[in-house]
Amino acid sequence: MSTRSAHRLPAHRRLTLALAAPIAALILSLAVASIALVLSGSNPFPAYGRMFSYGFELETLVDMVNRATPLYLSAVAVAIGFRMNLFNIGVEGQYILASIIAAQVAAELSLPAPLHLTVIILVGMATGSLWALIAGVLKVTRGIHEVISTIMLNAISISLVVAMLFRQWDVPDESLNQETAEIPPSGRMPDLNWFVELFTREIGKGRVLWGFVIVAIIIGILYWIYVARTRPGYDLRASGINPLAAEASGVSPRRTIIVAMALSGAVGGLVGLPEVLGRDYAYGLQFTQNLGFAGIAVALLGQNHPGGIAIGALVFGFLDSAAPILDVHGDAPQEIVEIMKGIIIFAAVITYVVVQRRRQDEEARAASLAMAGDEPEAAPGTPSDATESDTRPAT
Amino acid sequence: MPQEVGRNAMTPALSLENITKRFPGVLANDRVNLTVAEGEIHAICGENGAGKSTLMNVLYGMLPADEGRIVVRGDEVHFRSPRDALAAGIGMVHQHFMLADNLTVLENIILGAEPTGRGGRIDFANARRRVTELSDAYGLDVHLDEPVENLGVGERQRVEIIKVLYRGARILILDEPTSVLVPHEVEELFRNMRDMCARGETIVFIDHKLDEVLEIADTITVLRAGRTVATVKPDEVSPRDLAELMVGSELPTPEARTTTAQDTVSLEVEDLSVLDDDEREVVKGISLEVRRGEIVGMAGVEGNGQIEFVEALLGIREPSQGRVLLEGADISEWTVRQRREAGIGYIPEDRHRRGLLLPAPLWENAMCGHQGKEPYSRKGFWLTPKGARSKTRELIAAFDVRTPGPDVAAHALSGGNQQKLIIGREMIMTPNLLIAAHPTRGIDVGAQAAVWETLHQAREQGLAVLLVSADLDELIGLSDRLLVIFRGRISAALDPATVTPRELGAHMTGAAGDVEEMQHA
Repeated sequence: MSTRSAHRLPAHRRLTLALAAPIAALILSLAVASIALVLSGSNPFPAYGRMFSYGFELETLVDMVNRATPLYLSAVAVAIGFRMNLFNIGVEGQYILASIIAAQVAAELSLPAPLHLTVIILVGMATGSLWALIAGVLKVTRGIHEVISTIMLNAISISLVVAMLFRQWDVPDESLNQETAEIPPSGRMPDLNWFVELFTREIGKGRVLWGFVIVAIIIGILYWIYVARTRPGYDLRASGINPLAAEASGVSPRRTIIVAMALSGAVGGLVGLPEVLGRDYAYGLQFTQNLGFAGIAVALLGQNHPGGIAIGALVFGFLDSAAPILDVHGDAPQEIVEIMKGIIIFAAVITYVVVQRRRQDEEARAASLAMAGDEPEAAPGTPSDATESDTRPAT
Repeated sequence: MPQEVGRNAMTPALSLENITKRFPGVLANDRVNLTVAEGEIHAICGENGAGKSTLMNVLYGMLPADEGRIVVRGDEVHFRSPRDALAAGIGMVHQHFMLADNLTVLENIILGAEPTGRGGRIDFANARRRVTELSDAYGLDVHLDEPVENLGVGERQRVEIIKVLYRGARILILDEPTSVLVPHEVEELFRNMRDMCARGETIVFIDHKLDEVLEIADTITVLRAGRTVATVKPDEVSPRDLAELMVGSELPTPEARTTTAQDTVSLEVEDLSVLDDDEREVVKGISLEVRRGEIVGMAGVEGNGQIEFVEALLGIREPSQGRVLLEGADISEWTVRQRREAGIGYIPEDRHRRGLLLPAPLWENAMCGHQGKEPYSRKGFWLTPKGARSKTRELIAAFDVRTPGPDVAAHALSGGNQQKLIIGREMIMTPNLLIAAHPTRGIDVGAQAAVWETLHQAREQGLAVLLVSADLDELIGLSDRLLVIFRGRISAALDPATVTPRELGAHMTGAAGDVEEMQHA
């Protein structure tokens, strides 16, 4: 009994195993990107050097966080689904639709600032949630796979957005810009430049750190609490690991699907708001698309863990914000960054599997050591437990 | 040729000597011996989990044996893969067919062993000639140009058999070949098997249907709990003997039993009928009651409606008619969660399928089914990992789960320890009613004894137990009353103090009429 705790994998070993995968993925992606650069006639080392020095300038770092914020929200939305084996590809449609509706509502409301912002955020979450629920309800009542239904809902939501924008455009006296009306100042998210500047120099080049990063951090914390510290979160995870065992333990599979889709969609509804409330103050042509799909990659990279996703989102944000410098100096095409992202995901998925096997093996070994340590009968093959059927000859 | 026959007459086609195969916590094969004569149909029968499939996988080179020898026609062999087995003339037809649906029968047969002509091209003419020769010679009727997706099950099976013969197998292993067939297809298969044997093939045939085994086999070897129990000739045994050999005839220690049953009825089931996923009525109007302090054994061979019955009791499956009462309250409309929280404990028939979250740590497994209760959570909402861990530690100590600690993932544990964990997590929450389905299946003798002891003690403390099992020792040794479930109905109520394993086995396999006749004689 006293020896048992000694068989548990030591903390440093578990940490090494946890970090091994992402580090290996990064190294591999740098290696492959280098090969690509050499083949295309560029020298990788000055390119990386330039990316690094540019990437860690204050303004670029602000860019990185601004890019990471929507990626993080999108990845958390996807991860909630992943936790119960639901593949919510529909974050794309959910956030686009939620953004335009939230922007529209924001422009038409006139409320005191904190309340105005809160209402906009809730409208975005509700829209995303309801849109995702369509897929959830279809799955529960009609058995339609969520991948199919969310892909279709993506197409529908993009068409809906176009229809809404054209209606806007149709209004006379409006400019030819296809945009929703401008959100009044009370509905804009204050920036965080003042906070950063408390610690460093003034942020230049007109860069602004969007305040929505606070919302993303809160969502990340709530996600962690929900999944790791509440019973519904446990039910969700249990259903994802083994739906039949979860069902026998009293978890209703249908209910869990509905809840997971609703929560995933609610977080998905936030993805477009950082730029709507922090930069554009409207939904318009410069709105960033494909964040829903990027979120799938980031969730994968972060293994659905709130901290892991944050690292993944920041890495992707860094690559995106540091890449333009490559074109400026002509060291390499900035698209090399897309290759790196692809390889990172690819390598991460593989190395995670390898590391997980390794961990399982080590745990199993530790467990059997625990058995061997204090179990005399465990020595296999000892004929001590012979019964009458052993002695009966097998003719 | 005559020389060869002379040699074969003395040398068995195949013999396995003292084959032992261990999996973590399970002794799947324990010094199994098997001797198959040239040209015979040798049936291997035994219950699920008796070690038949493991033995065949060892023989076919898919699993290495830990100990023992395999001798083919007098030569010891060491197979590393099915390829080696095939090279030695041993071929296997799996229970689940392995055919490419969109290829034709001929393409499937030669797949991976294509005769090639000049320039590496497949010589279809040659292939067709050889396959036709084979199918004619053995009377295996197939349409060579038909895509496999258009074939019925019987014909697919013939394709699989020809596939193996085409690769030169002289010893065929058929893994439960009749399980997928309808009766007239079974007859045809048996005809084919006899034809093949007449032409010198040797067949090892795995089955657990007694009538089929007795009809077709020349020799029968019975496995039970990983051991060779007996090798018999079909004309020497009756179906009853065979059933008894299969399910076990060891007399359980018939301790002087005093009833601890109380008057309060814990579980009452009234006229319950349940449909399976295909809407067939698999439970037909079962009524029963289990009182506090009583273990009611539900004896039956698998597939007689037990699983669906248990699922209906838990609320996982909605019954088509009937009522379920727990401690007098009608719980028919309750959700699974309400029932579990009302104190129904559940030990699932398959711990991996319905019981465990394998990649999750033990403490999360321990709370599975009790996640809304203290000390696993507060107010039914906030998880309390600290409390859950210490409760799990308590469980580990009380039920002797061999593990480094509560943070180890469940898959790291051996089968017996996983089972002890499941039983412990139910018992430590002191249920009112325990539904235990095959609680000791596939675990070693030591763990089995521990489980039995646990159930025994709980009964004395007033727990009501519905024990669903097919293990005669377990049923007779533990139950206060025995009910036999056969084809969805309770076919007999027996007294475990007086019933013999032979009688119980006969009731379970539906051969009960014979037993009564025998007793009258």
